[in-house]
Amino acid sequence: MSLGANPLSWWRNFLSLPNTHPIKTIGVALLVALVCSLAVSYTAVTLKPLREANRLKESAASMFKLVETLALGFPKPRLITLADGHYADRDPGTRAVLATERDLAQIGEREDVATVYELYEDGALALVILPVRGTGYKSTLKGYLALKADLNTVAALTFHEHDETPGIGTRILEDAWTALWRGKRIADADGVIWLEVVKGEGRGVFEVDGISGATRTGGGVSRLVRFWLGPDGYGPYLKQLKRQGSS
Amino acid sequence: MTELFLRSIFSDNLALAYFLGMCTFLAVSRRFEVAFGLGLAMIVVETITVPINNLIYRWLLRDGALAWAGRSDLDLSFLMLIAAIGVIAATVQILEMVLDRFFPRLYRALGIFLPLITVNCAIFGASLFMVERRYDFAESVVYGFGSGLGWALAIWALAALRERIDESRVPKGLRGLGLAFTLTGFMSMGFAVFGGLKFG
Amino acid sequence: MNWRLKSGFKPVIEPILVNNPVTLQVLGICSALAVTTSLATSLVMSAALICVLTLSNGIISVIREHIPKSIRLIVQITIIASLVIVVDQLLQAYLFDMSKRLSVFVGLIVTNCIVLGRAEAFAMKNAPGASLLDGLGNGLGYAFILVTIGAVRELLGNGTLLGASVFVRADDGGWFTPLGLLALPPSAFFLLGLLVWAVRTIRPEQVEPVLTENDGNEAARR
Repeated sequence: MSLGANPLSWWRNFLSLPNTHPIKTIGVALLVALVCSLAVSYTAVTLKPLREANRLKESAASMFKLVETLALGFPKPRLITLADGHYADRDPGTRAVLATERDLAQIGEREDVATVYELYEDGALALVILPVRGTGYKSTLKGYLALKADLNTVAALTFHEHDETPGIGTRILEDAWTALWRGKRIADADGVIWLEVVKGEGRGVFEVDGISGATRTGGGVSRLVRFWLGPDGYGPYLKQLKRQGSS
Repeated sequence: MTELFLRSIFSDNLALAYFLGMCTFLAVSRRFEVAFGLGLAMIVVETITVPINNLIYRWLLRDGALAWAGRSDLDLSFLMLIAAIGVIAATVQILEMVLDRFFPRLYRALGIFLPLITVNCAIFGASLFMVERRYDFAESVVYGFGSGLGWALAIWALAALRERIDESRVPKGLRGLGLAFTLTGFMSMGFAVFGGLKFG
Repeated sequence: MNWRLKSGFKPVIEPILVNNPVTLQVLGICSALAVTTSLATSLVMSAALICVLTLSNGIISVIREHIPKSIRLIVQITIIASLVIVVDQLLQAYLFDMSKRLSVFVGLIVTNCIVLGRAEAFAMKNAPGASLLDGLGNGLGYAFILVTIGAVRELLGNGTLLGASVFVRADDGGWFTPLGLLALPPSAFFLLGLLVWAVRTIRPEQVEPVLTENDGNEAARR
């Protein structure tokens, strides 16, 4: 059947078809699909740069926020070989599987070469920023741990990726909690790491208050910090840095 | 895997920890018999749809998923919502026809619940959680089955409780819905207690 | 108080207390309660739902006379899902932190029973203007529940409102010890139960009749 010659009358005739007519049914379905897909694609495409930027910014921002709150300059990325702590020229992309009993952070495997960020002020090391990750209560937490120049004091800690329980585990993201980490000590004079999240109120320079209801998330943070500061994490690198500083 | 399974049943229970599928959960939990059938249908549909959505996300939608077609630059993950609901609606429809044709007795038992499940947020939510938590295929099968079973256990328990409690005298305003919420709250606490379970 | 107002705003006011979709018909709380851990998330979630509900009601009402019965549901779901994606994308672009905290729950508006319910029960039968108001009213009714529970949970669970300290916590030298339970899921059920009780005490006609033998089957058929 014909719906009319010019587009306008065609449209009018189309609309006046009974709703049970197959052409009308298919036509309406197609039109709705078309309009909806156009609207969705348009927003998805136009907003994509914003969303991507947000995602990138989130990781970078959490680090720069660290630096900003400490009112320092711009950190410089350095590649290091985790095993011996020396600087590396390039990242071969290789990874080492971690034995379960050594894998405090529960990450399964660890890259051989990692990027750390060093910040110098007037030629002297002021801050080291270490990317850290590990398993919290039910998801992988990713964040940055910043150490002061003595390499034994926490300057700041932030997390930018997680999937913990909203409202409970997510409190590790809040400034109120991460602020508790500032100034905490890592190891005693013998190099034994004592820093941890305790249940309830933390006492002294090695203990951070736990989050009520999120004992497991807190425990995860504890373990991942210990792992990355230990011999399988940035331990060798920090030792190297210390030697450099004292020589 | 065992931990994922237990967690999806107990501490991450879709109904009791994430409030998913509540409309159906409360409306259909007045009689145990009915709730039993709905629970079974839920397990079946979850076990099928979550893995299917996992495959669709893995091979078609996620960033770089179309590498096999030479288009690794495409990121269609924003289509996941519509794809998931389409998959669920289609699966339920096909399941209905298959059951009707080959297992008429099962169809008579579950049939009335299948359309109800299409727009159930628990089914939809499980698929979205699967994407958000980046489960692989095997994990998605375990998660689909576990979360379906968890939801079913919850509605069975609530229906059994409600059948009994209907006969008790409670303040008027609390009758029905108010009491159902309160009961669900207690069950939610009970299920959460299993959160510490760990094997191996 | 007389809620049955004569004015044209009846569709807006009525669903908030008299005909609240959540307390009366248990509609749409699926995605609602999980985000009530804080007031801010409750507010954004409510705003997202109000947008989707009002617009979907409006759009569906405009084309209601041309939607064939056979493909009615799929057309409605397509429109709703598209609106939800757009809202979700906007949140991800402009309120990124918030969209992370809301997790999958914005997406779950697609299967929210209020949205589909109002489209089917109201927008398919009424003019666009009334449908918009109906969407707005039902959205506000939902927001009323969500915001109330969110406010109570944040205030008693954390001592804050919208992140600002209201009760000084004992750790900071105040008197207030946060109630850990209110940060956990069960508390949302308890609060909603109490809220339903309160609403039904004020408005006794909403009390459910005692169950008869047939009710179970009826519920199953629904």
